[in-house]
Amino acid sequence: MIDTPLLSVRGVSRHYGAHIGCSDVSFDLYPGEVMGIVGESGSGKSTLLNCMSGHLAPDAGEVVFDTRADGPRDTVTMSEPERRMLSRTEWAFVHQHARDGLRMGVSAGGNVGERLMAVGARNYGDIRDKATDWLGRVEISESRIDDRPGTFSGGMQQRLQIARNLVTGPRLVFMDEPTGGLDVSVQARLLDLVRGLVRDMGLSAIIVTHDLAVVRLLADRLMVMKSGHVVEQGLTDRVLDDPQHGYTQLLVSSVLQV
Amino acid sequence: MTDQAYNFAYLDEQTKRMIRRAILKGLAIPGYQVPFASREMPMPYGWGTGGVQVSAAVLCPDDCFKVIDQGADDTTNAVSIRSFFERTAGIKTTTSTKAATVIQTRHRVPEMPLSEGQILVYQVPIPEPLRFLEPRESETRKMHSLEEYGLMHVKLYEDIARHGHIATSYAYPVKVEGRYVMDPSPIPKFDNPKLSDSAAIQLFGAGREQRIYALPPYSRVVSLDFEDHPFEASKADHSCGLCAAEDSYLDEVIVDDVGGRMFVCSDTDFCEARRAAGHKGKDAA
Repeated sequence: MIDTPLLSVRGVSRHYGAHIGCSDVSFDLYPGEVMGIVGESGSGKSTLLNCMSGHLAPDAGEVVFDTRADGPRDTVTMSEPERRMLSRTEWAFVHQHARDGLRMGVSAGGNVGERLMAVGARNYGDIRDKATDWLGRVEISESRIDDRPGTFSGGMQQRLQIARNLVTGPRLVFMDEPTGGLDVSVQARLLDLVRGLVRDMGLSAIIVTHDLAVVRLLADRLMVMKSGHVVEQGLTDRVLDDPQHGYTQLLVSSVLQV
Repeated sequence: MTDQAYNFAYLDEQTKRMIRRAILKGLAIPGYQVPFASREMPMPYGWGTGGVQVSAAVLCPDDCFKVIDQGADDTTNAVSIRSFFERTAGIKTTTSTKAATVIQTRHRVPEMPLSEGQILVYQVPIPEPLRFLEPRESETRKMHSLEEYGLMHVKLYEDIARHGHIATSYAYPVKVEGRYVMDPSPIPKFDNPKLSDSAAIQLFGAGREQRIYALPPYSRVVSLDFEDHPFEASKADHSCGLCAAEDSYLDEVIVDDVGGRMFVCSDTDFCEARRAAGHKGKDAA
């Protein structure tokens, strides 16, 4: 049993004036674990994700990440250069809209290579080889390497975004509605791909979504949020099959059966 | 109104003081873009308003002033800026690189190596090397302050992916003293090596963008590249048609409507000096 959590969130709160973004959230994420966060729109899922990934500064609480170099560090109080370095090397962030996470004016290869160059890769041949390899891993044809993401379909853009994020071998991936806006067959392929990558690379992931099918498929543990508070958390199957809190019961029973 | 109604070198003393402070800060932090309160100048943006303000701030009554535009002393921009300072500062002007103490330039570095005591003033249209990759100024400033320059290489990567080699041929990004990435203004990359270890002070003024940056003498300036695609200073593969120089940057001139062309030095002073010394190219009359 590994005893140091990869990410340890303690009492994270964020308010927007009088309005609560998220309030007093605490949990541990262990290496190799996938955590799902579900809840309705406006329940504070994305606020929490942004607080953990350094995009937003929480009003209170700490986010302790087990860095490769220095062991556990609080990312809220660490300096901005250090935090940005973490977000380039040990973290990955997959946006809901691929356009937010990609450089649309730069070719697919350039998009994948950017993080490599940002951490000091200066050999064109090596960068190109890595980019080709990663495009292959996310099932994008090698012949598209010099095309711009604008010419890609929505599903391909999303897969490109994943390749671009994983190329530097991060340990923790934040995903904000990774399958939002994709049709179901493309969703299924994407989920399959993500599941494979998470297993192969031993990644930890935090996935924010409102789609219960996504967490059922990917997440080991589940956290249910409502109005900024965590109302229930536990093993995914337990929470989905035996919901305790009234809101979770509502959520589970609201899923349409085909 | 007479010309005497102007303060020496057009700008008032307070403005010059403000610009000099920006220049000193720029010299203290080589390659760092110092914001300054650019003034309206009696010329349109893009015609050297930044360079003119920097020149006005550094000119002294006993300076000798030279202006070049694409290397030439006799083009519109060069002639009008030269006469502007003749009228408003009453200083000596010259076309000789050697005799000048202040040289304002657009898009070239003189062929002749500069010496200590000379000042080279560049006109800069866009001071931000990351501009076309990252449009947010707030973000590019953060990238400069945190030394996050991976994006600059993405541009070079794109060049190689598309053209098979680094096709950026002017405004080629450089790294100054191992710290700031700087846009050397749209000089041809042929001139990039001349920026490094130069004996002269090099000042860069961007009027519309309100930025000044600088290279103190003998600064180390390295052009960015990849290990397997090193930087190469390129020029047209010819010799000058007038003075037969092999090692100067050349302009291509179309001479008739049946495909005739000649290559001549873009640095007119350099070319004239060589011709006066007896060198003769194949197209010389």
